[in-house]
Amino acid sequence: MFPTPIEKQSRAAQLTYQSLLPIALLMWLAPLLAVALFSIKPDADFTNANYWGLPSSFEGLTNYGKVFFESDMPRYLLNSVLITVPTVIGAVALSTMTGFALGVYKFRANLWIFFMFVAGNFVPFQILMVPVRDLTLELGLYNTKTGLVLFHIAFQTGFCTLFMRNFIRALPFELIEAARVEGVSEWRIFWYVVLPLMKPALAALAVLIFTFIWNDYFWAVVLTQGSESQPVTAGITSFNAQYRAAYHLMSAGSIVAALPPVAMFFLMQKHFIAGLTLGAVK
Amino acid sequence: MADTAALQTSVDTRSWFHRNQQRIAPWLFLAPGILFFLVYVIFPVFQSFNLSLYEWDGLGTKEYVGLRNYEDLYWEFVDRDAFYVSLKNNLIWLLLYLLAIPAGLMIALFLNQTVTGIRLYKSLFFFPFVISQVVVGLVFSWLYDPTFGLLNVMLGWVGLGPINVLGNENLVTYGIIAAGLWPQTAYCMILYLTGLNAVDPEQIEAGRLDGAKGMRMLWHVVLPQLKPATFIAFVVTIIGALRSFDLISIMTQGGPFGSSRVLAYYMFEVALSEYGFRMGYGAAIAVVLFLIMLCFIAYFLWSMYQEEKGR
Repeated sequence: MFPTPIEKQSRAAQLTYQSLLPIALLMWLAPLLAVALFSIKPDADFTNANYWGLPSSFEGLTNYGKVFFESDMPRYLLNSVLITVPTVIGAVALSTMTGFALGVYKFRANLWIFFMFVAGNFVPFQILMVPVRDLTLELGLYNTKTGLVLFHIAFQTGFCTLFMRNFIRALPFELIEAARVEGVSEWRIFWYVVLPLMKPALAALAVLIFTFIWNDYFWAVVLTQGSESQPVTAGITSFNAQYRAAYHLMSAGSIVAALPPVAMFFLMQKHFIAGLTLGAVK
Repeated sequence: MADTAALQTSVDTRSWFHRNQQRIAPWLFLAPGILFFLVYVIFPVFQSFNLSLYEWDGLGTKEYVGLRNYEDLYWEFVDRDAFYVSLKNNLIWLLLYLLAIPAGLMIALFLNQTVTGIRLYKSLFFFPFVISQVVVGLVFSWLYDPTFGLLNVMLGWVGLGPINVLGNENLVTYGIIAAGLWPQTAYCMILYLTGLNAVDPEQIEAGRLDGAKGMRMLWHVVLPQLKPATFIAFVVTIIGALRSFDLISIMTQGGPFGSSRVLAYYMFEVALSEYGFRMGYGAAIAVVLFLIMLCFIAYFLWSMYQEEKGR
């Protein structure tokens, strides 16, 4: 193990390390902790310039209550769910098939198609912006959740194919060979032999795509407007415009907007990290 | 008779499909994915290239203007000091964003221990990456706030006057990059933490026996084994730097006086904001950004190709 394990070092070093850890963490998360503190303060603290002292009264419930019951926030949260969940299902379904095709079969165009997906995944969003917006307008899907979902599925398929294909490559190929000798059709091999082995990859991609799409801001701004279809990332800006200088409410709103992916991460940590490292680092 | 003939052909087609199953199957599996990807990603790239040769307000008829949009960019005929400021800021973003890699490695080394509760520490350190850049932007604009921001409170402790980071033309880009480095460092950290898990303990022991310690051990024994992690860290950091949009949009909207613009934001501003819908001109900016990105994409694909050949 590198660096040298702390338990092999002197008692003093161990104590220093143990006390350094929480201090480092506090410093690292200070900006977030500040927002958390803001979100439970009463309005009066800000007018009295009591920014960093203890809250003069605990107003967490009032502030979060306002966010949930007196603003468009629940609407935006629901939109985010309705955009994120179909995208996750669609992108994972499409890329399981493309990943299977590129990982199992040998044909001449294989590597080129794979590189098309990888390269497309890296392009800057701006070069897609005008044509994709036009296409969405022409389809009559501008300012709808469907329009956003269709684009997200297509774009995420690039990254997901890269991931799925590499994962399938690492599976034991003999299983597929054996099934073929038995005369099992290719579709059934996909469904009954390969798919059950891909559960970890499916889980990893699902959490990862959930986070990516939940946190998307650019496409939300380009393809939607107004509370009927905008997700929470775009909604928070209009929320802030509504509560300008009401820092306690803006803080509470931000925390609410950030929470779902955080919860997802803590629940599915192992899969999340496996997904982020692209499976390239075991 | 007719019935048997029909049966005959259907048996034939099925057996043709059966015989060629392994050649057809991949295309059937690929079809939906490729269709989506072509329509929404690949074609739009070429459409943007084409559009950059036109002048278009998004509604009326397109007027062919040849390379005039690019000339306008090159000489800055339309917006004074917009294109080169954006280009310069993109370069600063690229260079400084790479700091996330050594910073992530340092935190990973710091956390690569087995004391109680270390797993929770690792997850909490990773926190900034999971929250959306929009929230990161909000959090940092309050951190920098000249009246109550934590930054100025701390500067006050050491007797330094208040500074308005986001209102200062010379500091604003660095301030936004610092905000961006926060989640990006967390990402690199997690890449290195997973990488460090896979480092071969026998090689470390061998290194120790040879008297390697500290930096020398890190450089000669550990880092070579972390190469896959470093590669991914480079890819995601460079892509992230060139994609920077959310933070700028949230924190400054390109200001003050356009001094924090990058190409990605400038393009959006030109094509889709109150400054008017200049789609062709915007497409030209996007093409420039795409060509910069293309150098890196080509390099990434080339490295992947080398690795594929090696298998």
